Parts: sequence; structure tokens; C-alpha cells
Amino acid sequence: MQLFRAVLLRLATTAVTLLGVAIIVFVVIRVVPGNPIAMMLPPGATDADVARLTAQYGFDKSIPHQFLIWAGGVLRGDFGLSITARQPVLDLVLGRLPATLELSVMALVMACLLGGVAALTGTRAREGAGEAAIDVANGMALSIPDFLWGLILVLLFGVLWPLFHISGRVTPSLELPFVTNFYLFESVLRLRFDLWADIVSHMFLPALALAIPLAAIIGQLLKQSLKETMHLDYVTLARTKGYGENHVILREALRNAILPTLTLVGVQFTFLIGGTVIIERLFSYEGLGNMAIDAVINRDLPLIQGIVILFAVIFTAVNLCVDLLYAVLNPRLRHG
Amino acid sequence: MSFLQVNGLKARLKGVGHPLLRDVSLSVAAGEVRGLVGESGAGKSMIGKAVLGILPRAVEISGGEILLDGADLQRLSARERRVRIGASCALIPQDPLTALNPSRRIAPQITDRLVDILGWNRARALSRARDLLAEVHIPDPDRVLRAYPHELSGGMRQRILIASAFAAEPKLIVADEPTTALDVTVQKQVLKLIAEMQARHGTALLFVTHDLGVVSKVCDRLTVLYGGMVVEDTDVRSFFAGPAHAYSRALLAATPKYTDPDASLTPVPEAVIRAVQAEVAAADRRVAHG
Amino acid sequence: MVSSGADARGMIKRRAGVKLWLSAGWLAVVVLAALLAPWIAPKDPLMQDLFLGRMPPAWVAGAEPGYWLGTDSLGRDVFSRILHGARIALTVAVVAGGITCLVGATLGLMAGFLRGWVDVVISRLIDIWMAFPPVLFSILLVAVLGPGLHSIIIAIVVIDWTRFARVVRAEAMGQGAMDYVASAQVAGRGRLSTMLTEILPNVLPTIIVLLTLEMGIAVIVEAILSFVNLSISTDAPTWGGMIAEGRTSVHQAWWVLVFPLITLFLTVLAFSQLGEGLKDRFDPVLR
Repeated sequence: MQLFRAVLLRLATTAVTLLGVAIIVFVVIRVVPGNPIAMMLPPGATDADVARLTAQYGFDKSIPHQFLIWAGGVLRGDFGLSITARQPVLDLVLGRLPATLELSVMALVMACLLGGVAALTGTRAREGAGEAAIDVANGMALSIPDFLWGLILVLLFGVLWPLFHISGRVTPSLELPFVTNFYLFESVLRLRFDLWADIVSHMFLPALALAIPLAAIIGQLLKQSLKETMHLDYVTLARTKGYGENHVILREALRNAILPTLTLVGVQFTFLIGGTVIIERLFSYEGLGNMAIDAVINRDLPLIQGIVILFAVIFTAVNLCVDLLYAVLNPRLRHG
Repeated sequence: MSFLQVNGLKARLKGVGHPLLRDVSLSVAAGEVRGLVGESGAGKSMIGKAVLGILPRAVEISGGEILLDGADLQRLSARERRVRIGASCALIPQDPLTALNPSRRIAPQITDRLVDILGWNRARALSRARDLLAEVHIPDPDRVLRAYPHELSGGMRQRILIASAFAAEPKLIVADEPTTALDVTVQKQVLKLIAEMQARHGTALLFVTHDLGVVSKVCDRLTVLYGGMVVEDTDVRSFFAGPAHAYSRALLAATPKYTDPDASLTPVPEAVIRAVQAEVAAADRRVAHG
Repeated sequence: MVSSGADARGMIKRRAGVKLWLSAGWLAVVVLAALLAPWIAPKDPLMQDLFLGRMPPAWVAGAEPGYWLGTDSLGRDVFSRILHGARIALTVAVVAGGITCLVGATLGLMAGFLRGWVDVVISRLIDIWMAFPPVLFSILLVAVLGPGLHSIIIAIVVIDWTRFARVVRAEAMGQGAMDYVASAQVAGRGRLSTMLTEILPNVLPTIIVLLTLEMGIAVIVEAILSFVNLSISTDAPTWGGMIAEGRTSVHQAWWVLVFPLITLFLTVLAFSQLGEGLKDRFDPVLR
């Protein structure tokens, strides 16, 4: 009963948050001076054309009225029509979503690997030159945002040592037998590892750019947690049983040190997803973020709204998952 | 023949060089229970840690030898040393609330040594764990084995730690103030349990404590420490009949007598402390010049 | 044990000192460049000379003398544009950073200390704000407000005030529970007065550290916005704009991307390390 109430409360606050987001973005983009329709049509368009399209998209009504219409549509699953593409916003958005999800998840995995290795190595080499070196590297990686790392990677691996692609999701000349837009996932399912390799070589640099700051955060926090845990009595007891340093770090300390890192990673993951907007642009990666920037430049109001709402939904969903994961993993919460 | 032989052990803080153990020698024969007594900071815990190879990172051994069943621990490689210690020794830790890994169930915390270090198969190790829990009078051992530490009381956890120490049939167990962190009501039971297990398994026991009362009940021989130096080394009977050293006498006199609660407490006299500190300083001077 | 503790403190103090001086040093260079740009820049940053397009930097063969770091596709001097870009970057850093700090810290203080419905409203606002992807939101705002320095500053303030608000709120809550606050209120101090005189000084170190961080973020946001062509005007010599142009011609004229990138990198790093150094300095354990 306690759990049910907690879940209900959580859903209610989430709904309020999403509503707040919807209202804010709705109002903000309608403050723009000028008629978006007029900007879209060629110069020779008549006033009648402009008026007709304005009515069609509902821009002649008052803002609250427009919002109600739009909200009503959303609750039915209709996010309106994109002004630039003349297609349903929902289709466009869901079409691009898999690309951004794959990129985000790949970046998350890379960040966990890099950060985990940094933390474990730093703990193993603690209070020595090794740890100091890792601290310096971490500090720098933390201070520099994903945008700059992306540019550096473009320079290093796109130009200097062209090992990876710096543009697009996949080499354009390739024929893709995919049914969904989950290119990475499907290429594995279909055992097309040639395609998989091509896709990875396109995703590697943007994912790495997104991963580096998060890896530094993970590395720092996990190392600190591990070092604190290493002083605890049960770790010392494990040593008396005959276990060596590596085992003690991995088997005894890690599972306790990892919990606080997990919640932080969850929050930071939403920042990472937010970072896909500019990274996708930088690498011409055909994902949600890239489409969003075009939508803003082209004043495609319905599309902008749809994308912003989707991002908000993703963020709140990630937060929810992290809280659930924490509750499941913490044995004290599970039984206590 | 002593299972544990410590000869002239010296330990100090790394870098600073502040001495923590000054030329400590003691021995524990097979099946013998030796008490290590002294006030806080006397170094009794440090000796136990040195034997088990778990000295703090800031402390180093600067002289002397530790012989375990004849083998000089310092001459072994790190790996050989810890495997030997893991196979033949065990620790009963002080605080049951922090000595168990909160994220692991009880069963693997007892069986891991048997499976990983001694190479037993899992079933045999589990059955041994069950038997051990029965030995320490824990009802419903299967439920306890599946439980997490936070689900059990402090007293229960200390029993588990005691049982776990005897799991690999060690030749030597270091008990590091095992009753200090417990409620007074539980202390007596736990002490009895340790004595019982020791008698049944015939394990040698190095019992670190500041409580002379405990020593009188459990130990065969005892070593008195002050400032990291051995002050007296004798058998329990003669000690309680009349200790040889002034400091030991004062320590004995300072022990509260539960039979006479109205008697005032006698602290160790200043003169005695100064005298024993002088002995420590003299020992240091011998080390510096010799 | 005392001496090794003192050693550790000494080591941290030395490292904090180095961080502080290096970052402050670089930032001083940037400030000087910004202040003196109109006088020390060798060329007019806006002057185009199509015959001198994509000239390499001075030490590379085929360079045009006088253009130390080369030219971009329109023949503009990279070095001069970087110097003038510093003016824009620093203006954004100081103004946007400062206003964001003011707005965010005030709201955070109010929420953390006054509690009640003030806290509920502000916290709910923060939650809603955190659900927006920040870069997208800033691009949206600037697109709506039109190009110009003021839009960038407003966009940064609107998006990043939550950074201050969250942290200051938490600290204010912690401080508000302390005894010295209770004694101030018992002595008859009003709530506003207590907030300003008791809580604020203790929260100030955190605010200052966040401010340096925010200035670095402001510079980055400006760069990103320039990169997406939404900053000031396509002509203005912003670091981000130069980077955007450099990205497109990266294979033919790497210097157009590299030099503004290095400058941006060092500046952001300097702001961040300045914050870290200040944080170590302010840490009461080390004092």
C-alpha cells in the first residue's frame, strides 16, 4: 500500500512537470515576432495562401486556445503536422528517436567502462604516482564539456589520423536491409557485421565525445567510494582469509561502493542525452537533436513542441528507472 | 613446539619512524590460549595484525621475525604469505556490525575461504557452514545462511564471525577484543562460546584484550604490553597469584571487582607509569646505540 | 599520525596554489587581449580579402606575412579575430555569469531558508526546468529573441539559474538548521535580515566557486550558439563562429579550427580550474 501511494505520487509530479514543460515551450515559441507561415512560403505567395495555412495550423487563435487544441490532440496521440515536412510530428520524431537512443546508450556504456577502469586502476595504485596521474586526467576531462571534446575528436581522428568517420550514421552508398531505425541493434540481430562495423565507426567519435565528461564523473566518484570502502572492517577480514588486493577491490569493495555512483550516473545520463543535440549537429548524425536544431531554425513550431516534450518524457523516464534500480539493488531498502 | 613464534618484532610508522612495537617476542604453542593485555595504544592489536598480515598501510615492520609453523613470513612472497595465513589462521574481529559485508549474504561470507583458497566444492563448504552455525547454537541455520547481515542482531553476527573463523580448521585464531563492542549481557555468552569452540577444535588462540577478567577465564598464558614493549610474560595462574612486574601489579589492582561494587577504583599509580615509561625509553636507547 | 596529516594538507595547498595561479594567469591574458584588442590586433577582424583566403600560419611554407595564425576562407586574419572574440567571450562570461548567479542564488536562498510554499513553488520550477534539454532550450530562446548579445545573455540566465538555485537551496537549508541562526531569530532579527547577514556569508564560498564555473559555461554556450549560427551575426568574430567555419574547411585549412579551439579550450579549462582552486582554498579543513 505504501509502495502504491509512492508510485502514484511520483506519477502525479511527473505529469505536473511534463505539463509545465509543454506550457513553457508552447508559450515561448509563440512569442516569436512575425508569422511563421509567412516565413515558410515563397515570396510570391498571396495573402489568401498565408491566411489559409495560418488557419490550417491554428495560428489565428489565441494562445490558450491553441494550447488546449494541441493538448487535446496529444492525449489522443496526435502531435500535429510538421510545417516543414508536412508529415505527422509523431512519425518524424519516432523515426529519429532510435538513432539518438543508440548513440546515448553507446555513450553510457563507454562512459561506464572508461570511468570504471579509471576508478579501479586509481584504487589499485592509490597514494602513488598512478593515482595522481589519473586524478589529473579526470580533472581535465571533467572541466571540458562534450562539445569541445567532439571538436577535438573531429580534429584528431577525423583529420589527423582518419580512423573513424566524422559525419553521418552510416556510409551513404551502403544498402540497408533494416526494418526499424535501430541500425546498430538490427545489424547485430541480422548478423550483418560488415554493416555493424560501418555503423560503429560512425558512432564511435560522437559517443566518445558524450562519454568523456561522464566517465570522469564516474571515475572520480567511484574511486572515492572505493577508497573509503577499502578501510572498512569486512575488507580487512577478507584479506585475512587469503585474498589478494585485486579480489578484495572487485569482490568485496566494489558492490558497496557502486551504489552512490549509480544514482549520480542516472542524473548525469539525462545531461548526456541533452548533449546529443549539439554533438549530433557537430557530427551530422541523423538523430533527434539534429532535427531539433533544424526545426528551431525553420520555425517549425509543432515539430519543436513534439521534440521538446519527447526529451522531457525521456528525462523523467530515466529518473524513474534510476530510482527503481536503486531500490532494487540496495538490499537494505529491499528488506528493510 | 610453538605454532606461532614472534622474535624481536619491531614496527614503526612509515616515514616518521615513530616506534609502535619495540622488540616484541612471544610464542603460542599448538592448542594454547595466550592473552595479550595492555591499555589502549599498547600495541596488542598491532601484534595480532602483524601476524595476520593486515597492518595498516602507514605501518611497517622494521625488524624481527614472525614464524608461522616454522616458516618465516617475511621471507615469503606476498602471495605465498597471504595464502599460508588464509589457510592456517583466522581472525575474530572486534565489531560484528562492521565486519560483515552488508551486500553479501551470510553463506558466501563463511564458505568463500573454503572454496576459493582451499579448493573445496560448494556443497561440502555449505554443509560445513551449516554444521558450524549449529556449533555456535544458531537456530534455523538455513534461514541465517540466506540472510543479509542487517537482518541479524549484533550478538548473532558475532556468533557467525566466530563460526566463520573456525571454518577452515585453522591452527591459530587471533581474537581481537571480540567482546568489547558487545552488550555486557552478551559478552559472557560469547566468551563462553569462544572457550567452548577452542576446546572442541583444539585451536591455538591469541586473545587480544584490555580486560584482565576475561584473561583469567579463558587464557593459559598471558603477555602484558606497555608502549609496544613486553612487560611481563607468564602463565595465568602465577600471574593472578602475584604478578612479577610493578606495572602488572598495578593493572591487576586497577581491575574493578564485581564482587565488591562499593570499593573505589584504584588507578595505576603515576610512579609506576613513569617507571615503565623509563623502561621503554631505555629500550629505545639500546636500539639507537646497539 | 599528526605529521603525515600535515603533509597531506601541505600537498593539497600546493596543488591548489598551482591550479589557481595557472588558471588566473591564463584568464588575465584573455582579459588583457579583450581590453587591448582594438589596439594590438594586427588587422581589422572584419576585413575580407579574398585573394588571401586560407593562408596558413606564419611558420608554414606559403604563409602571408603579417597574418600570424593564417586566414580563413574570406581572407580574414585569424589572430585578430581571436583577440576580438575574447571581448565577446568575456562580456558574455561576466554579464551572463553574474546575472545567472544573482538570480539563481537569490531564488535558492529564498527556497532553502524561507521554506514553505516558496520552497514548493521554486522546487517545482527547478524540476520542470531540469526536464528541458539545456542546449535545445538555449537555441530555442535565442531563435525566438533574435540574434544579439542580449539574447545570449538572457538565454544563459534563463537556462542555467537552476544550477545555482539547487546548490544554494541545499546549503541554505543546512545552514538554516544551525543553532546560530536560531539564536539570531530569537534575538529578534527579521527573516530577510537573518538570511542576508547569517546565511549568505556562509554560502558565499560555494556561490563564488559556482560563479567561476558558470562563466566557463557561459563561454561555451556562446560558442555553441555561434556554431549553430544563432549568436550575434555571421560576421562578428566569435570563437564559436570561427570554429563553425573551421569545421567545414577542416581538411583544407586546419588552422581556422585549431587556434580558436585551443583558445576556447584553455579558457574553459581555466575557469573550471579557478573554481577548483578556490574551492580548495575555501575548504575550512585546510585553512
